[in-house]
Amino acid sequence: MSELLEVHDLTVHFATEDGLVEAVDNVSFSVRPGEILGVVGESGSGKSVTAHALLRLIRPPGRIVRGEIRFEGADLLALPEARMGAVRGARIALVFQSPRTALNPVLTVGRQIARLYELHQHVAPAEAWRRTIEMLTLVGIAEPERRARQYAHQLSGGMCQRVMIAMAIASSPRLLIADEPTTGLDVSIAAQILDLLRALGRRTGASIVLITHDLGVVAEACDRVAVMHAGQLVEIADVHTLFKRPLHPYTQALVRSIPRIDREVAMEPIPGAVPSLLAPAPGCRYADRCARVLEVCRRERPVLRAAGASHEVACHAVEVESGTAVR
Amino acid sequence: MPSRWRVALLSVEGLVKHFPLGGARAWLDRLGGQAPRSVRAVDGVSFAVAPGETLGLVGESGCGKSTVARSILRLVEPTAGRVTFGDVNLTTLSAEPLRRQRRDLQMVFQDPTASLNPRLSVGRTVEEPLRRHTTLGTGERRARVAEVLAQVGLGPELAGRYSHELSGGQRQRVNFARAIATRPRFVVLDEPTSALDVSLRARAILLLDELRATLGMTYLFISHDLASVKYLAHRVAVMYLGTIVEEASTAELFARPLHPYTRALLSAVPVPDPDVRRARIVLAGEVPSPIDIPGGCRLRGRCPLAQPVCAEPVTLREVAPAHRVACHLV
Repeated sequence: MSELLEVHDLTVHFATEDGLVEAVDNVSFSVRPGEILGVVGESGSGKSVTAHALLRLIRPPGRIVRGEIRFEGADLLALPEARMGAVRGARIALVFQSPRTALNPVLTVGRQIARLYELHQHVAPAEAWRRTIEMLTLVGIAEPERRARQYAHQLSGGMCQRVMIAMAIASSPRLLIADEPTTGLDVSIAAQILDLLRALGRRTGASIVLITHDLGVVAEACDRVAVMHAGQLVEIADVHTLFKRPLHPYTQALVRSIPRIDREVAMEPIPGAVPSLLAPAPGCRYADRCARVLEVCRRERPVLRAAGASHEVACHAVEVESGTAVR
Repeated sequence: MPSRWRVALLSVEGLVKHFPLGGARAWLDRLGGQAPRSVRAVDGVSFAVAPGETLGLVGESGCGKSTVARSILRLVEPTAGRVTFGDVNLTTLSAEPLRRQRRDLQMVFQDPTASLNPRLSVGRTVEEPLRRHTTLGTGERRARVAEVLAQVGLGPELAGRYSHELSGGQRQRVNFARAIATRPRFVVLDEPTSALDVSLRARAILLLDELRATLGMTYLFISHDLASVKYLAHRVAVMYLGTIVEEASTAELFARPLHPYTRALLSAVPVPDPDVRRARIVLAGEVPSPIDIPGGCRLRGRCPLAQPVCAEPVTLREVAPAHRVACHLV
């Protein structure tokens, strides 16, 4: 099956007063048609920056230093801005973390959605409104006619997120990037939003990149998972493999660090802190936190290598232990 | 009164906090010939916390759990009810004796950044409650600050830093240090882990539990994060729309939740195991407004099990030893 999106060696730097912050470092992954790919990691792992880079939404002082983002046959990083504008919102859409602040406070939510149809699909206002109501119904908003005439501040957080999702899918995108779509929502509302995203993915065939720090959300919603640490992608696998047989020491530590309600296990915090991304040392950025660190880890950046079917890991220790080390 | 209440360090009886509606809505109510309505944030809550215990108070946004916390410390004035701390009735204390109680009764707020004064250094922040509530001299205060910073895992070099120079995890530790500086017997923790990242959350939970055990403190731990509550609390009370709907030991509540709301809440928590597929109990719609609370069981409009009897008033009653539930169908 050909991939919908292929990312190669994506590298993003931010020029700050203190120096260059290497926020995303040589990240490569792909998104298959119709799948939900989770991107998980602690704050500062570069998962949101990666998502924004896919849409070329990195603003100065940030800069995409190198890499390739292939989507529907084109390299997005080589497109002129005008053509990128046509991709953004129409072919690839973004659902933000804080729906209430992402919505326009002075337009009714219905008006905001209808405007998309008028601007992007050039339909008449009456038809745009009809589609808006249809879309609000699709995302599970009760009394859509009444809600469409309300403003963001009159809606609950869960409803605002449904409106955001309705806006994102209004143009039938092939790829939906959802950046922490359930963070800040109550558990029962968050569960409803996840169900909605999954159902929409199945119904429209769109792929979803789901960015989250919550491994529970990953397990419930995703088909495959990419784990990021300090700007590097350390492991990628199908969701069952990732939880059953995580290979990277960071993934293993991450799984052990979460309090869980489904079993009686001790909770072990991940040692150390996410390292500074200000001129980081060469090599693996997990080295200082890793119990299995080798001398080579501080010298050379490990690259993603196949570790099984649908499983790739970037770790020198795993390579040495499994006898696949090339050196 | 159940026997465990007599040994309680803190007990809350019939706590009510209504916020009267103001402005146009109150005016409209009067115009319609009725008394102005209120937001019934807390509507008759009773519980007790034994010395050394952590009671988890859980529920979703707007259920009134933070208002309970604020009412206990009288950061808001309760409309009715009684809060007893040791043998002192906090609800009737005047300002000065109440201030003296605060040495023993501290609170950690949800937002670790907003709750720190940006113009005070870490050392000064932790020293502030000692100046206000103790008679310690300068040298003793300085020694206590160093001791408390060490207890929360902050190095002495941080004492001269300011809030903006700290990470989120460090800021929350400063909040913990400030709360425990006066050696309080009771600490109210209002969502202390919610703003923290995954790895920091685990550390904060373990630190809070260790501090409680070593310093002999008692916690009221307010959270919407059920997994954190499971690790930190000995007993859990579940709130919905201003009332407690279920209360049990942590082990019992997670193993045998009885109230439909508790069961729905637990089933909605995403489990980090893709091979586990649980039946989710879905409640219809969203939480109703705490202004127009339905009569009878407050959940009945959303409950999948609702029966005609649910329109009758329901009270919290003991259905198994130390397991209380407010549901007609249990």
